[in-house]
Amino acid sequence: MSDDSFDVIVVGAGPAGSACAFALAREGRSVLLLERGDSAGAKNLSGGRLYTYALELLEPGMYLRAPLQRRIVREQVMLVEGRRATTLDVADPAWGEGVPRSHSVVRASLDEWFAAEAEGAGAVFAAGMRVDGLLEENGRIVGIRAGEDEMRAGVVVAADGVNSLLGQQAGLFPDVAARAVGVGVKETIELPDAVIDDRFGVTAGEGVARVAIGCTEGVSGGGFLYTNRGSLSLGIVFNPEQAAAHGRPIQEIFQDFKEQPAIAALLEGGTSVEYGAHLVPEIGHHGVPARLHREGMLVIGDAAQFGINTGLVIRGMDLAIVSGLAAARAILQEGAPTGPAYMAQLEELALLPTLRAYAEFHGIFGISRIFKEYPALANQALGFLFQVDGRVPPPMLKELLAIVRKNVSFRQLAADAWKGYRSL
Amino acid sequence: MTLKRLSPEELLGLDRFNVDEGHPHILVDRARCALCAARPCVTVCPARCYRLKDGQVAFDCAGCLECGTCRVVCKDQGVTSWTYPRASFGITFRCS
Ligand SMILES: Cc1cc2nc3c(=O)[nH]c(=O)nc-3n(C[C@H](O)[C@H](O)[C@H](O)COP(=O)(O)OP(=O)(O)OC[C@H]3O[C@@H](n4cnc5c(N)ncnc54)[C@H](O)[C@@H]3O)c2cc1C
Ligand code: SF4
Ligand code: SF4
Repeated sequence: MSDDSFDVIVVGAGPAGSACAFALAREGRSVLLLERGDSAGAKNLSGGRLYTYALELLEPGMYLRAPLQRRIVREQVMLVEGRRATTLDVADPAWGEGVPRSHSVVRASLDEWFAAEAEGAGAVFAAGMRVDGLLEENGRIVGIRAGEDEMRAGVVVAADGVNSLLGQQAGLFPDVAARAVGVGVKETIELPDAVIDDRFGVTAGEGVARVAIGCTEGVSGGGFLYTNRGSLSLGIVFNPEQAAAHGRPIQEIFQDFKEQPAIAALLEGGTSVEYGAHLVPEIGHHGVPARLHREGMLVIGDAAQFGINTGLVIRGMDLAIVSGLAAARAILQEGAPTGPAYMAQLEELALLPTLRAYAEFHGIFGISRIFKEYPALANQALGFLFQVDGRVPPPMLKELLAIVRKNVSFRQLAADAWKGYRSL
Repeated sequence: MTLKRLSPEELLGLDRFNVDEGHPHILVDRARCALCAARPCVTVCPARCYRLKDGQVAFDCAGCLECGTCRVVCKDQGVTSWTYPRASFGITFRCS
C-alpha cells in the first residue's frame, strides 16, 4: 500500500461513516475517514434521540462509552390547537434499563466521540476536508478528489448525508426530491439539570421525548422537544413543498411554537444558545434509490435515504449506524462482489425489512387534517368535557358531535379512517 | 422570565459562522428568479437568505445553515450552483 492509497475511503463522519470506518478498522483494514467540518458533528443536527440497539450491534457495550445525554423514560404526544394543548404522557422508569433502548444525544459530542472511536480502532480521520469529486477508471470508482489532492481506495463509501452530492455525481440517483424530505429547524436551549428534572418529572439521568402535532399551521410535519443534560432540543420538521405553498416563513411558525403556553412553561428561564436547520429523509422505503452501489462505491445512511418517521418514532441515526456496519461487513467479505453483499447485509441486519414494514405508513401523512383539524377536535372535545361553569351543560353527545362537525365532515372522517387503515 | 421570541437575525446571531468572503457556495441567477412566480425559497429557507426586495428575490449567502432546502425546492433553477462551503468555512454547530 502506498501512502495515498487505502482499502476504503469513507466520506462523511456522521454516525453512518464513523460506524463503517470503525467496523473496518477494527478488522485491520486501512481506512480513511473524511469530514468537511472542522470536527465531526460540526455540520450536523438531529432532533436528538438515538435508538441505542444500533451501537450494541456494532459492538456490545459500546453505548456505555458513548456521550449519551438522558435515558428516555417518558414519551409524550402533544396535540396543539392555538394556545390549547392536549398531551398524552406515557412513562415507564424501566425503559432503557439493561439492554439500552433510546437516549437523547447532542450531535456535536456524539459525532466527535464516534469519529474518535473509529480513529482508536485504527482509521485515519481527517476533518476539515471537503470531498469535491470521485475518481473513475474504466467505469469503476477508484478514489476521491479533495481540492488539489487525489486519494485512491479499493472502495469509496458515500456517507455524506441526505444531500448526497457524491451519490448524484456517481450517477446512482438524481437530486433528492422535495416531496421525499422534510426541513427541520431547531433551537438548543440551556437550562439547569435540576430544573429539567423537576419540570419534566424525571430523576437525574432520565429524560423525556415529546412530539407535537398541530404546531405547523396545517403543513405536513411536526414538532419535537427532547431533554438533554443541561439543555433542551426544540424543533419542528416541515414538508418543504407544503410549507412553501402555505407562505409563512417556517422560522416564524417555529417561534410561535416556542410561545405556545404549554411549551413556553417548560422553556422558562432558559437561554437560547444555537439555531440550526437540516434536511431529513421523510418517506422511508419509497424514498430509497433503486441503486445504492456501483463498482468501487457504496452509499450508506441518509445518503441512501434510510429513515423512518411514524410521527411518534423518528429514526435515522440508528439506521445510519446499521447501514455503516452492513457496508463494512460486505467489504470484509472475501470473494463476493461488494454491492450485492451490501444489499444482502442490509436484509440480514433487518434494515430493509424494517423499512418495508413501514413502507405505507407515510400515507398517514397524506391525511392533511391530522396536522390541524384533528388536534383541534381533540382539544375542543376535551375542553368541553372539562368545562364547569355552574350552568346546566348542553346534551353531551349532541355537543360532541357538533364539535366533530365543526372540524370535519363525516365524509372526510370516513375517507381519512379508510386511508389510515390502508396505511397500517 | 419567558424565553424570548427571536428574529431571524437574532437566531443566526446565536451561531458561529466563518463566512468565505468572495466565495459564495450557492449561486443564484436573478434573471431566472424574475420569471419564478412561486418563490418557495423565500418561505422555506430557514436562514432567510432569500428575501423579497422591491418585488425581486435577493439572495445573500451569509447565515446559510447548509441545509439544502433551497436546492430541493427551486424547480425554476434559479439556484444555478449549490455546493457545501469550502472546508473550514460556513456554520459550525457546537451543541445541536
Ligand atoms: C430535525 C431533525 C430531527 C431528527 N431527529 C432524529 C431523531 O430524533 N433520531 C434519529 O435517529 N434521527 C433523527 N434525524 C435523522 C438523523 O439526523 C440522520 O438520519 C442521521 O444524521 C444520518 O446520519 P448520516 O451519517 O447518514 O449522515 P449525516 O449525519 O448527515 O452525516 C453526513 C456527514 O458527511 C459530511 N459531508 C457531507 N458531504 C461531504 C463532503 N463532500 N466531504 C466531506 N464530508 C462531507 C457532513 O459534514 C456530515 O458530517 C433527524 C434529522 C433532522 C434534520
Ligand atoms: S425558487 Fe429558485 S428560481 Fe424561484 S425565486 Fe427562489 S431561487 Fe429563484
Ligand atoms: S442551504 Fe438552507 S439555509 Fe442555505 S440558503 Fe439554502 S435553504 Fe437557506
